[in-house]
Amino acid sequence: MSLLSVENLSISFTTYGRTTEVLHGVSLAIPAGAQMALVGESGSGKSVTMKAIMGLLPMPPARITAGRILFDGTDLLTMRERDRLALRGTAMSMVFQDPMSSLNPVWTVGDQLSTILKYADRRLARDRDRKGRWARVLEVLAQVRMREPERVAGSFPIMLSGGMRQRVLIAMALLSQPRLLIADEPGTALDVTTQAQILKLLKDLVTDQKLALLMITHNLGVVRETAAYTYVMHKGRIVEQGETAALFDAPQQQYTRDLIAAVPRLTGRA
Amino acid sequence: MEFAAFLVRRVMWSLLVLVGLSVVIFLIARVVPGDPARMALGPTATQDQVADLQEKLGLNLPLIQQYGLFLGGLAQGELGRSLLTEQSVNDDISETFPATLELVLFTILIAFTFGVPLGVAAARWKDRWPDNLVRAIAILSAVMPSFFIALLLQVLAGYVLQILPTTGRLPRDMEFQASVTGLLIIDGLLAGRLDVVGQALRHLLLPSIALALATMGQIARITRASMIDVSRQDYIEAARAFGIPDRVRLFKYQLRPAFVPPLTILGLEFASLIGGAFVVELIFSWPGMAAYGIRAITQKDLNAIMGVVMVSGAFFVVVNLVIDVLVGIVDPRIRIRGRRA
Amino acid sequence: MTDLTPAAPLSNAWQNWYRFSRNPTAVIGALIVLLCITLAILAPLITPYPEHAGSFVDFRNRHQPPSWQHLFGTDNVGRDNFTRVIFGLRVSLALAFVVLIIAVPFGAVLGLLAGYYGGWTEIVIMRLTDIALAIPPLVMALAVAAVAAPSLFNAMLAISALWWTWHTRLIYSITRQIRSQEFVEAAETLGASKAHILFREILPNCVSALAVKVSLDAGFVILIGASLSFLGLGIQPPTADLGTMVAAGAEYLPDYWWESMLPAAAILFVALGFNLLGDGLRDMFDVEDVR
Repeated sequence: MSLLSVENLSISFTTYGRTTEVLHGVSLAIPAGAQMALVGESGSGKSVTMKAIMGLLPMPPARITAGRILFDGTDLLTMRERDRLALRGTAMSMVFQDPMSSLNPVWTVGDQLSTILKYADRRLARDRDRKGRWARVLEVLAQVRMREPERVAGSFPIMLSGGMRQRVLIAMALLSQPRLLIADEPGTALDVTTQAQILKLLKDLVTDQKLALLMITHNLGVVRETAAYTYVMHKGRIVEQGETAALFDAPQQQYTRDLIAAVPRLTGRA
Repeated sequence: MEFAAFLVRRVMWSLLVLVGLSVVIFLIARVVPGDPARMALGPTATQDQVADLQEKLGLNLPLIQQYGLFLGGLAQGELGRSLLTEQSVNDDISETFPATLELVLFTILIAFTFGVPLGVAAARWKDRWPDNLVRAIAILSAVMPSFFIALLLQVLAGYVLQILPTTGRLPRDMEFQASVTGLLIIDGLLAGRLDVVGQALRHLLLPSIALALATMGQIARITRASMIDVSRQDYIEAARAFGIPDRVRLFKYQLRPAFVPPLTILGLEFASLIGGAFVVELIFSWPGMAAYGIRAITQKDLNAIMGVVMVSGAFFVVVNLVIDVLVGIVDPRIRIRGRRA
Repeated sequence: MTDLTPAAPLSNAWQNWYRFSRNPTAVIGALIVLLCITLAILAPLITPYPEHAGSFVDFRNRHQPPSWQHLFGTDNVGRDNFTRVIFGLRVSLALAFVVLIIAVPFGAVLGLLAGYYGGWTEIVIMRLTDIALAIPPLVMALAVAAVAAPSLFNAMLAISALWWTWHTRLIYSITRQIRSQEFVEAAETLGASKAHILFREILPNCVSALAVKVSLDAGFVILIGASLSFLGLGIQPPTADLGTMVAAGAEYLPDYWWESMLPAAAILFVALGFNLLGDGLRDMFDVEDVR
């Protein structure tokens, strides 16, 4: 059974008096420990899907018109708010896109991480004192390959490099040992070399800790490296899906072909 | 540390501003048409008396030299002699300044303690009734001239309801010398005289409220706008995504980054606070520097006026410096980079 | 994260007007301002006792409460308050007009120069501005009143001498933002003269912020002017002026409350109008940095 299963999800948005359907019957399934990607250009609906899964869609303008989102067999959409909150940031965690703007600038990294951990523990009814939390914070910072976890924890975001900040964001997601990690355009705000490092880190972590990974991106190069299975989205629909290698070698849909063709190539290699 | 460098730079600029201020004041005093000596003595003075005073004030010296004397005196903290009371302006002002200081400090306390929570509430319940109420309060307090509020309060609280005193800092029969700081509340506490503290507070209440209202409105407005801006930032969304409870998110994550604009506005508002103090002190017979300044004006006491203006300006500059420091503490981006991210 | 809401409709004059008229407080503000301006201009024609605006005594009618003959009652020498309030309004508006006519162009040009040229021009101008900002306007007016005789002219002088600083700051920050944008570079490359760039490219972008600021300023200048005359430093009696009326009437509180409270209410009224108007304009133009 899949860890996460989106079934026939349709969502509409109402703004300025006009209602638009942004998702039409989207279905995807992520087994435990699998590494998958959701690809599409801007406006394809991949962000909406991601937010719907995480429960971050602002519900007044947005409305779920059909479908279910099952996590471990339970429908997230009909769950009690309290139970849904218990999952967020714990079993199901997100790595944000922009490391500069996703970290609170006025608090230290360590403070932010331990605050998140404190409230996650509370939701999971886990008992841990401040020292225990701090130990876990340092542990996670070490996991994301920070050479000096203590120093990083005591630093403000502005003092860290882009790559380090992105790793802090990953650490944030790993704090409560999630089972599903959703990565939103990881590394797009960074230069190519750093991005490659981040992606490698991500892949290693996910493999080591046996996490399920859903990578949301418009960057096909990234997909080939990290995902075993890919969903292609266009205008609110899944237009194609399949094992990544197969998809790239023999795309069925015209859109997928166009998407692949749009990637600039430096050599003749496919 | 970069913050130290930032501080030093600010202090330098402040000094420069103070010097510039002294130039402006000096020019006003000497260049604006009118003969200070004659004006001080009045139309009945004889030519000899006027000439005497002119000589005494050094009005016959070249302008630059006069300015040099003025600046030199200033640097030593010497503000000249009052033309009328013949007393040192320094003494006059150090007698009266603490009263103004206490009033202004208490006012800032009120304005901030009420303004910020109002702004937070308005942002939290945006477009609903708390928001509209706060906006109404902010607008009304901004358009009411301070003398209007002061008069209203005086009539209402003093005469109609008779619950709060309307003149002076202490009841007429209460004896107390504020010897340490000049601030009755602090000195009273230090001396263990709680009755003094109580009365001082009662007397402070009305004038401070009258003065604080307009600033409080501005602070509430800015806090509201700032909180809304911050709420749109990615890191607030991230906090929600990680399950940080609403109240913690609001007060810990949103308030601190949002705190800088209200602080900055306070610095700017200070100018009108000082101006308002003049009016309020007059109405409530508050024995402060402003009242002294007004007497000086009606009596054309040039040195006294310049002294008051100089001290007001210096007050403004110092307050803004303090605020810069506070801002640096609140927002590490400014502390580390010396400017906003 | 990608923005999930569709873009707002493009603005144009009609859209702006629509948005403005939808905002009830803005419309109220505009109406108040219009009303006050009209009353001020037509003052001699519409007031019941225009001769009371100056010196006039009628001791039998002193301290009359509001009535049909005297809508706002009479003051301590028997003059009709309503007439004097309208004339006082006239003076206040004139004051605001003169101050802003002087301060705004002066300040705006300085801001443009400082923002566009940068370097020493910028430093000198902005430091001057800092110095001027350190002086509370009221205190400045006091100083001027001290050395020269208290009068309307001197009050205006004092206020204008400080007011331009706000506009310099505003225009400066806008100019700096715009300066680096492409259409300015394009104009420069095409060889447009500096004057052209400053006045035809950059300045039009400042208009909306300026409009908001001028509107808000009018209210504040009126308030400061009223405070000045309240302290006895502005217009001298017997000319009708709202501030002096409040000061004179304050003596008789709370018995003859109408003598001070009604002129004060008038000040509030006109300041409120300008404030609401300015806020409405700000919402309409969606300008952020204007205080």
